[in-house]
Amino acid sequence: MRKALTYPSHTELSSMSMRRKKHVWTALFLILLFAWSLWQTESSLLDFINGFSNMFDLLIQMVPPNWAYFDNVVPPMLDTIRMALLGTTIGAILAIPFALLSASNVFKNKALYYPIRFILNLIRTIPELLLAAIFVAILGLGPLPGIFALGIFSMGIIAKLTYEATEGIDPGPLEAMTAVGANKIQWIAYSVVPQVTPYYISFVLYALEINVRAAAILGLVGAGGIGEYYDKTLGFLEYDKVSTIIICTLLVVLAIDYVSMKLREKLL
Amino acid sequence: MKNAAYPIKPKRSRWKLWSIYIVLFLIYVWALSGVPLEGFKETAGQISKAIINGLFSPDWDYVYLPEGEDLLRGLLDTLAIAILGTFVSAFLCVPFAFWAANNLSKGVILTQSGKFMLSFVRTFPELVMALIFIKVVGPGSFAGVLALGLHSIGMLGKLFAEEIENIDLGPTEALKATGANPIQMLWFAVVPQVIPGFISYTLYRFEINLRSASVLGIIGAGGIGTPLIFAIQSRNWSRVGIILLGIIVMVTIIDMISSSIRKRIV
Repeated sequence: MRKALTYPSHTELSSMSMRRKKHVWTALFLILLFAWSLWQTESSLLDFINGFSNMFDLLIQMVPPNWAYFDNVVPPMLDTIRMALLGTTIGAILAIPFALLSASNVFKNKALYYPIRFILNLIRTIPELLLAAIFVAILGLGPLPGIFALGIFSMGIIAKLTYEATEGIDPGPLEAMTAVGANKIQWIAYSVVPQVTPYYISFVLYALEINVRAAAILGLVGAGGIGEYYDKTLGFLEYDKVSTIIICTLLVVLAIDYVSMKLREKLL
Repeated sequence: MKNAAYPIKPKRSRWKLWSIYIVLFLIYVWALSGVPLEGFKETAGQISKAIINGLFSPDWDYVYLPEGEDLLRGLLDTLAIAILGTFVSAFLCVPFAFWAANNLSKGVILTQSGKFMLSFVRTFPELVMALIFIKVVGPGSFAGVLALGLHSIGMLGKLFAEEIENIDLGPTEALKATGANPIQMLWFAVVPQVIPGFISYTLYRFEINLRSASVLGIIGAGGIGTPLIFAIQSRNWSRVGIILLGIIVMVTIIDMISSSIRKRIV
């Protein structure tokens, strides 16, 4: 028996043309968005082409890097690592209560975890450089405001990731602890903490990777670390020194990323 | 068999644990030794109070000023920088992604070199890129656009490459069997599979770029960051308050829109 050929039905055809219409509207919307942002930012390809020779000059001046400057770069680079470490530590400690309070399977009260999550979202919308600029105004120049800014910023990240991991844990041990009549602190310590700890440590390491990158630029607002040196050297048009700083930053970032990645692989 | 239920930890792992503690302790001693902890200004308390007051009584008049430089224009500028930067990187990263994907480009050296390029671009801080672009095209939003566009290639290229590596190669082979040329193979077998992933990653990067665009102004690369840093430097805390509020509202709205689109796509 021959199967009858099926043609697209009328409704299918109209849904196809509807879809095509939708694609056209999306494309139109994107083009408009693109044109508007070009106009708003006053971008022009001509500027870019005119600036191209500048860029070429700049790149030529950056090579070869000024290796003699390396000795000056090392101490602020170490400062940067210190800031990242301490900032991450502060963030990691502050994140623990926030993560537990916003996990819906630890504290089942909506009135509790919704506001806490809202605060976390709020914190994560503020870029760390702005936090650093505000802390510089409070504490004065130096690495201390940078450490606090990184601490608050990474608290937001670690707390969010940790509470999401907490909500995914096996409920068995939780019920077992409830069944034996554990109080809340015992309940958390023996059923939640052992399950979440590997994730938590991995998120802390991840935050450390982000913080090393962030710490490298906090100096631009006066919050310590290598960032101040970008300002100084670029201001004096010493591009060979700039490239030394860039190479040094890249090496440190890559080294910390590598160590942290290896540790995280071992953990999970 | 008394201890069957309580497996005693072998001694070696306890040693390992202690050595980890000691290493951590030494790291912290080193880290704390380099930080001047007595650096508090006496006025810190006063200033914090002024800041908190200012943040809770934002300068609403700044939202719209007829003669120029106001919050709305700053935010629109920031948004435009983020949009344009994302557009630029979403287009530029495609060739890099194909270069770095190990199932479509031929040879380990080729893919590894592509991956290295991308991670190099990723580790280069966007603010430093912006500083350099300011030297090239002068201060303003355009330098910010270029910095974001170039920096985002690193991350988008990596994510796109991973997306390409995960495709089903069946359709490619089928097209090859029908005698399609490489461009037809790419267009009909690869592109339809990767488009949803590409769009979703691009939107995700757009969310990140919006946050970055709001600080680019601190170094003079356009957007809301410039009035913000001026307000902070001139201790105009109620203006800082309204600008921060504006940034938070804008970022939250865009995040909501973007994540709802992403949910519908993937």
